[in-house]
Amino acid sequence: MLDIRDIDCFYGAAQVLRAFALKLEAGEILCLLGRNGAGKTTALKAIMGLVPPKSGQILFDGTDLGKLAAHQVPRLGIGYVPQGRRLFSELTVIENLRIGLMTRNSGPQVLDRALAVFPLLKERLGQRAGTMSGGEQQMLAMARALCIDPKVLLLDEPTEGLMPAMIARIRQSVIDLKAQGVTTILVEQRVDAVLPVADRVAFVENGRVTATVAVGELKASRQMIDRYVGVGT
Amino acid sequence: MAAAVLALSALGLSLVFGVMRVVNVAHGEFFMLGAMLAWWTAKMVPGGPLAGFMAALVVAPAAVGFLAFLTERLLLRRIKYDPEATIVATIGLLFVIQQLALSLFGADAKPVAAPFTYRIAFPWFGYSGYKLFVVVASVFILVGVWWVLARTRYGLIMRVTQFDRETATAFGIPVNTVYSAVFVAGAALVAVAAVLIVPIQQAHYLMGLDPLLMSFIVVIIGGLGSIKGSVIAALIIGMADGIISVFFSPTLASIIATLAVALVLVVRPQGLFGVTAR
Ligand SMILES: Nc1ncnc2c1ncn2[C@@H]1O[C@H](COP(=O)(O)OP(=O)(O)OP(=O)(O)O)[C@@H](O)[C@H]1O
Ligand SMILES: [Mg+2]
Repeated sequence: MLDIRDIDCFYGAAQVLRAFALKLEAGEILCLLGRNGAGKTTALKAIMGLVPPKSGQILFDGTDLGKLAAHQVPRLGIGYVPQGRRLFSELTVIENLRIGLMTRNSGPQVLDRALAVFPLLKERLGQRAGTMSGGEQQMLAMARALCIDPKVLLLDEPTEGLMPAMIARIRQSVIDLKAQGVTTILVEQRVDAVLPVADRVAFVENGRVTATVAVGELKASRQMIDRYVGVGT
Repeated sequence: MAAAVLALSALGLSLVFGVMRVVNVAHGEFFMLGAMLAWWTAKMVPGGPLAGFMAALVVAPAAVGFLAFLTERLLLRRIKYDPEATIVATIGLLFVIQQLALSLFGADAKPVAAPFTYRIAFPWFGYSGYKLFVVVASVFILVGVWWVLARTRYGLIMRVTQFDRETATAFGIPVNTVYSAVFVAGAALVAVAAVLIVPIQQAHYLMGLDPLLMSFIVVIIGGLGSIKGSVIAALIIGMADGIISVFFSPTLASIIATLAVALVLVVRPQGLFGVTAR
């Protein structure tokens, strides 16, 4: 579905992704796992066209995303939930959602479906996004991306900085979305955050995917976790 | 009175600053060009001042808007909207436009006849109907722009682009197109302001300085970067100035405007609607 072929990405002169390769299968939840600064966020930005690769290809259902202008990428049905949420915090909840709806001219049924995943937002439509709690903001950021009616959802550390109860709710919604057929790339730093939701895990280190393993294998072998993630994570 | 129009030109500047975060120093020259074009159109179009005025309302914003389009494409986009580089580049543009106007139109002031000369008779004095029309038209346009920003899809797109251009891009908003449109709209606004004012104040190749300074004042009072603040500040200043000039004197209006700026800067350095750095 999404095929990232050996991309190299730079910020100025600094190379951040080196021959980064990844294959995403339809319907799965693929987790990118890696430490601070490994290049996970950059990989998602590369997909979105926000950090265009210097070389390599990103194929999405056969289309080379690298040939498109950045604003055309989401129009193909790629929903992005950025790290730190990046809500339009001065706008209301419904205005934030409307931005998502406008991307692909989604109809009202798409909004209804997004709100069905996060019913709490229904009562907050007129509230300014910036005045909500962190967990609510995360829900809004995800709902905004769902308003694109995405084939693929890119989730960058959605549980970062949230309270445990809220983490569980966000995690559950990721699983619910999978049941609805949404394919997801989920970025996380901690292995315990991905084990309950992921189908496969790709380890990112120094701008490279060092290994991709099925989550069953990981659960079966603690050694594997230690090998790729290091002790203590 | 003139301030109602200057408020309009300020709105152009603040739209551009608000969304693109760049200061267009040549903004006043767009104003001057609009005025020159109004004079030129009035001269070329037969059928009296009203026909000339109507034609100028189309020609001036279209031509100045086109020049702005070229400026955005060939200049601002090349320097990636870098704030400092933009100031330098548009200072250069200011002199180019000024000298071009001088050699094309000459150094003399150019009068344009008002589209109508009706005088409103107040019990105690008469007042030019056209001047009142200009105030009303300016307020009308200001409210119109505010409505577009606050209530329409285009306004939402502009606010989102202003707030976070990367995330806007990730939601399918063509940021470059928005920038282009905003820059053109700002120039067209100031050209309309010029067409309105030129029957009252003659066109001259050095007339761009006043609206530039006034625009800075409005943008500062409204709060740097707050489009809504600028619109409201422009409305307040425009209306207050209009009313005071009509019933008292233009000098008093200028004094009050200047005092208002000083007061705002003392009490709220970030402007009425500005936010302190995020
Ligand atoms: N805008 C930028 N300009 C320059 N360097 C950057 C920029 N953004 C990130 N980097 C650098 O690129 C590297 C990878 O960053 P990236 O944000 O992709 O890491 P990450 O895996 O998402 O980390 P985290 O888990 O902390 O979010 C880091 O070394 C970072 O310092
Ligand atoms: Mg990151």
